[in-house]
Amino acid sequence: MEILVCVKRVPDTAENEIEVNRDGSDIERDDLVYSVNEWDNYAVEEAIQLRDKVGGSVTVITVGDDESEEVLRREMAMGADNGLLLCDDAFEGSDGKGIASLLKAAVEKGKYDLILSGALADDGAGQVGGMLAAMLDYPYASLVNKIEVADGKLKVGREIEGGNQEMNEIQLPCVLSIQTGINEPRYVGIRGIRKVASVEIPQHGATDLGVDPTAVGAAGAKVKRVDYFVPDMGEGAEMLEGSTEEITAKLIELLKAKGGLK
Amino acid sequence: MADIYAYITYKGGVADDSSLELIAAAKKLDAGAAVTAIVTGSGADLDKVADDMAASYAKVLKFNLDALAYPNAEVVRNLMVNVLPADAIVLVSHDTFGMDLGPGLSIKLESTFIADVVDIEGVDGGSLKVIRQEYSGMVSTHVTGDISTGAVINIRPGAFAPDESKSAGGSVEDKSADAGDLTAQRTFLEIVEAEVGDVDITKSDVLVSVGRGIEDEENIEIAEELAKAMGAVVSCSRPIVDAKWLEKSRQVGTSGQTVKPKVYMACGISGSFQHLGGIKGSPFIVAINKNVKAPIFQVADVGIEVDILEFLPELTDAINEL
Repeated sequence: MEILVCVKRVPDTAENEIEVNRDGSDIERDDLVYSVNEWDNYAVEEAIQLRDKVGGSVTVITVGDDESEEVLRREMAMGADNGLLLCDDAFEGSDGKGIASLLKAAVEKGKYDLILSGALADDGAGQVGGMLAAMLDYPYASLVNKIEVADGKLKVGREIEGGNQEMNEIQLPCVLSIQTGINEPRYVGIRGIRKVASVEIPQHGATDLGVDPTAVGAAGAKVKRVDYFVPDMGEGAEMLEGSTEEITAKLIELLKAKGGLK
Repeated sequence: MADIYAYITYKGGVADDSSLELIAAAKKLDAGAAVTAIVTGSGADLDKVADDMAASYAKVLKFNLDALAYPNAEVVRNLMVNVLPADAIVLVSHDTFGMDLGPGLSIKLESTFIADVVDIEGVDGGSLKVIRQEYSGMVSTHVTGDISTGAVINIRPGAFAPDESKSAGGSVEDKSADAGDLTAQRTFLEIVEAEVGDVDITKSDVLVSVGRGIEDEENIEIAEELAKAMGAVVSCSRPIVDAKWLEKSRQVGTSGQTVKPKVYMACGISGSFQHLGGIKGSPFIVAINKNVKAPIFQVADVGIEVDILEFLPELTDAINEL
């Protein structure tokens, strides 16, 4: 099975406090630690496990700049066979549809049976996988937390409300967006990263992909982020302050009053 | 503005809360809009929901077909593409169905998609301005979308106050004959119900709930000791289940359990909307987190900015000494 996994380099929210910059035009990007979008690691792990079971190859793809190469290498260190970087100044500022149309152009240059993405990334939209599938006329399932291969088709579980799982049969080729928890992504050590450090990663720009540069990037975007801000949510929590003894004493009083201690 | 349509999700003959939130969102798009509800399915549940929706929507389009008995997003998408005008403004709840439907529907309608909208600022010509959140709610953004050629707008569940006026006096039209070809490449098989765990967190009045801030599997014990001292039960947020440190049945949130405790101790939990969506009944919420910017502090009654790994054992000791 030839599998393509779409990944994204994002600020690591476990390592950074995300703050709005002074004029609200962006988040504060100085000193940000970046990593692979958490959902994408699950998607790559799932792809590797499928390949190891049924054969084939795993290609990881991203739209980004030179720095995005590092996330492709990390996923190759996990076990992906190939990397592919879609990189062009014209791609900057793409909306979800722009990204999906770039991925579509790349998919059409290859031959993939299965395309995976993470269910969500930093912007929380969860849109690229579904758009890509519709553009390709492939079937799609989101929030996938189980994949079984069954003669030329897949049986996939979707995580729905209440911890229930919706089972579907889906034809190949298809696009699936992967939910966290579907597997346990393997650890990548320094040695693994070193092993793929010098592997050539092909780059494709607008001309290579045959896309109209004015249809993607900021020029083609119909959805645009105007600014970042921190909403005024009213008073929020009453913060308990003081020494640890003082805080625990206050908290215990409150818990007693609210029925929190038995 | 083009006509506004809302897709209604329901279960067991009862429309989801989002059905009334979508009208509220529609009225923010266009205060005078006559909004059309789309209700799909088969049988008595469908009829009941369609009739209920007529109180709130000016028009209800009902599609009664076996192929729609379960809301398979691809089948529903085919239906919508067959029956909606190209410039339709379609509102969908950003739940697990809406996430499945919205992005692809926008492509097939050749319209603009805006995901997970938490507020609508207004429409200026063909440009819609909304508020979204990024980085799990740590920052908000204003986003504009060109809706002049139609749009699919996914509305976050719970973000808009439901429109309870029920004064639309609408009519139900059975449009099943217009549904067109619904052939899909994905087939619904069955629902696998969540496993029942050793402890039912939905029955507990006091929950000590742990999130990513617990850092390590062996630290779960710290929360268990506190829960024991308090006479509480340990629950958790999604990352703890993903890491397999606790059973899925312990997870609070839209993809886990819905709980209604009296007291909810959120320990090292950032407070994503999916997590908060599983907390009902307005409990007294204590947020303990070393990151003062965590969204949980906005919804908590009391907050403590501290590392839970240091604080929880202190609290446990203090309670045990009472």
